[in-house]
Amino acid sequence: MSEAADVIVVGGGIHGCSTALHLALRGAKPLLLEKDYCGRHASGVNAGGVRQLARHVAEVPLSVASMELWARIEDLVGDDCGFESHGQVLVAEDDAEFAACRARVDDLRLRGFTHEELIDRAELKRLVPAVSDYCPGGIVSRRDGAADPFRTTQAFRRRAIESGARLREGVRVLNIARRAGIWHVATTDGEFEAPVLVNAAGAWAARLAAMAGEHVPLEAIAPMLMITARVPHFLDPVIILRGRKLSFKQFGNGTVLIGGGHLGTAYPDENATVLDWAKLTASARTVDELFPVMRGATIVRAWAGIEARTPDDIPVIGHSRTEEGLFHQFGFSAHGFQLGPGVGSLMADLIVTGATNLPIEPFGVGRFLRGIEPPGTDSVLE
Amino acid sequence: MTAMPLPKDHYDVVIIGAGPAGLAAAAVAGKAGLSTLVLDENAQPGGQIFRAITSTPVQRRDILGDDYWRGENLVAETRAGGAVIVQGATVWSLDRDLQIAVSLLGQSQIVKARRVIIATGALERPFPIPGWTLPGVMTVGAGQTLLKSSGLVPDGKVVLAGTGPLLWLYAAQVLRAGGAIDAILDTTPRGNYWRALPYALPFLMSPYRAKGLALMREVKRKVRVVSNVTSLAALGGDKLDAVAFSAGGAEQKIAADTLLLHQGVVPNVNLANAAGVAHRWDERQLCWVPVLDADGNTSVPGIAIAGDGAGIGGALAAAERGRIAAVAAVEALAPGKKSLTPDRSELSNTLRRAELGRAFLDVLFQPAQQFRLPEGDTIVCRCEEVSAARIKETIALGTEGPNQLKAFLRCGMGPCQGRLCGLTVTEMIAQARGMSPDAVGYYRLRPPVKPIALKELASMPHSEQDEKAVVRG
Repeated sequence: MSEAADVIVVGGGIHGCSTALHLALRGAKPLLLEKDYCGRHASGVNAGGVRQLARHVAEVPLSVASMELWARIEDLVGDDCGFESHGQVLVAEDDAEFAACRARVDDLRLRGFTHEELIDRAELKRLVPAVSDYCPGGIVSRRDGAADPFRTTQAFRRRAIESGARLREGVRVLNIARRAGIWHVATTDGEFEAPVLVNAAGAWAARLAAMAGEHVPLEAIAPMLMITARVPHFLDPVIILRGRKLSFKQFGNGTVLIGGGHLGTAYPDENATVLDWAKLTASARTVDELFPVMRGATIVRAWAGIEARTPDDIPVIGHSRTEEGLFHQFGFSAHGFQLGPGVGSLMADLIVTGATNLPIEPFGVGRFLRGIEPPGTDSVLE
Repeated sequence: MTAMPLPKDHYDVVIIGAGPAGLAAAAVAGKAGLSTLVLDENAQPGGQIFRAITSTPVQRRDILGDDYWRGENLVAETRAGGAVIVQGATVWSLDRDLQIAVSLLGQSQIVKARRVIIATGALERPFPIPGWTLPGVMTVGAGQTLLKSSGLVPDGKVVLAGTGPLLWLYAAQVLRAGGAIDAILDTTPRGNYWRALPYALPFLMSPYRAKGLALMREVKRKVRVVSNVTSLAALGGDKLDAVAFSAGGAEQKIAADTLLLHQGVVPNVNLANAAGVAHRWDERQLCWVPVLDADGNTSVPGIAIAGDGAGIGGALAAAERGRIAAVAAVEALAPGKKSLTPDRSELSNTLRRAELGRAFLDVLFQPAQQFRLPEGDTIVCRCEEVSAARIKETIALGTEGPNQLKAFLRCGMGPCQGRLCGLTVTEMIAQARGMSPDAVGYYRLRPPVKPIALKELASMPHSEQDEKAVVRG
């Protein structure tokens, strides 16, 4: 059996679903292949942060463009995705960190971006009354917020299908080969064909790239999160720190999500993760010091998703260097959720029109070929 | 570093739970010279079946019965074997590296084991009827806990409803302790008697038969028993004041201050599930059971499960399965000490005898579909107050499994971690989608399997290396 499509997208995370949707909106016939179900891994179980704040400068234009789509997310996907925009606040815990915040905001201004604003102690207290008094200030990005990650991924999936994309879940790619300008994708459920292939396979993307002879140094990581039982409302914006690892937010129902990128162990072959409680104690201590209001809270659940991280912590976006008709969209290194809508749109532009207005040069896969990984070796995942 | 309440942070064998399986396993492992730690969250050893065996105020022996007092020997034997039994120790995480996170006296720490035997037993099957969340409605198991640990019997007008051996045992114990029961509403479906018939022969040869029939006679002499009850609802405003039911086609209502519900017990799978142990659906017991080999080993190397957590088998079978798992641990860790352990084939024979008649009980007391698959406004998830109707609507939208449902409705995401809704949700999805529960699957459960105070987590022993900061670009 062989089924034809214009584009085959591998990976049903927020990125694969978004690219499939935007391709369908541009009149292409995409086929989305997902080995589990959409949103099963990092896209469905992340902290849901919709954040322009504190991004790598290379990502800022993409993040700002994506924010425009978040602002009208219900028009785009027919669901509000649980998106609430109470801002995100980066808290400096001492004067040196505050000075770094000032330098960061100044640097962004010079680059023409104004979404990050320096805030002093008084404004920090106004935005985040529960924060400990020792914090001298920070940065706010007022349009930022948080959404429900699984619901968001499902909304993109649903709207992609409604717009004409086809979806196969529970189908794993076994091999890919390009013959006479057509990709032949052998899967656990038969072969599929298309002239264009998009690799949005997250933590499994290096394997797919390797099938095309492209060796990408990608690490499967398991960022950990914890959630508390309900506590009385005390916080609106999402909180991140300048120094220590923490992201912190309270949901409308009172539960508090504690994350920040401490890593457990990922077992991508088994869809399994193992938590590292020694590191989670560090998160608990940070919360304890920063938010005295949390002292009576109880942790009811902790988990980790499986995500891909690149050596430089920014994603791979754009053409393959080894094969025609192969596009990469992976390696978001635990901060790709907010980028999903925007990068899906730029990928569709890139595939359908051959160009995008957004600056994607920093994300080329070629940057890893300069001495990091000698050709012919296996990716670190294998 | 913070001081740790446990003497060591590594043991040959860590056994979780001090019921019949855990105690018997600890006796064998301890006697063979393995460093053996038993972690149990209750104040006293004994688990559910021998709850408060060393401390119960119920001293008249006939009230709780001979089967209960047998627990005294087991505790004595385990203590003599050299195992360390730690009470008040709540295990809240176990992983494939055999790291166990345990909370003791408000302080948590990590203990490392070479082998883990999970003996966390059973819990009562959810009984989602209209009004089951009203104050005044509780489970028979909870009632029995109060009787064993505090000598309490329920006051006022008391109604028991449901099916299964524990219902009758508890009723007899309440009556012997001087309590009164206004009515027992027996929900055992009439058809079950016919369906159980093929399994009757081994049951007739088992010790359960004589004991079970005597118990039922004892109770029926003193209590109004309504058979073939096909619907149940707890009624009341802010608390229970009546129970409505139908039996033989007639609707009835009786006043009640306390309604005790019970429709059997199922393995408590939470810790094993969170550790990544593979489970399968048991069609006869209508619940998840771990996939085990003959020694009780799970799909995770080094983790075994014994007792009712391995599939419901009762106290006698639990102890034998505990011994078998401990013999396997001795064989793996100290083969030279094998001669100090009981004979393996004899244990198997005893286990087989203890399991005689189990199939008959399983089929006879299989709860009726209408008490497992609720409708309408009946609450399924108590933590997040999700009704059956909302779950049905969400399934109809194309939700394929419990984990997707959880993401949409939050059912199973509260502090009980699905203990009160998980089986109901799996069966509802299976029914709606025309699939087997095995194909539908279960919640992926996450540690902590018991809530842990943030403060306690923050004060856990740790190294400075975990503190290293990151710089954001």
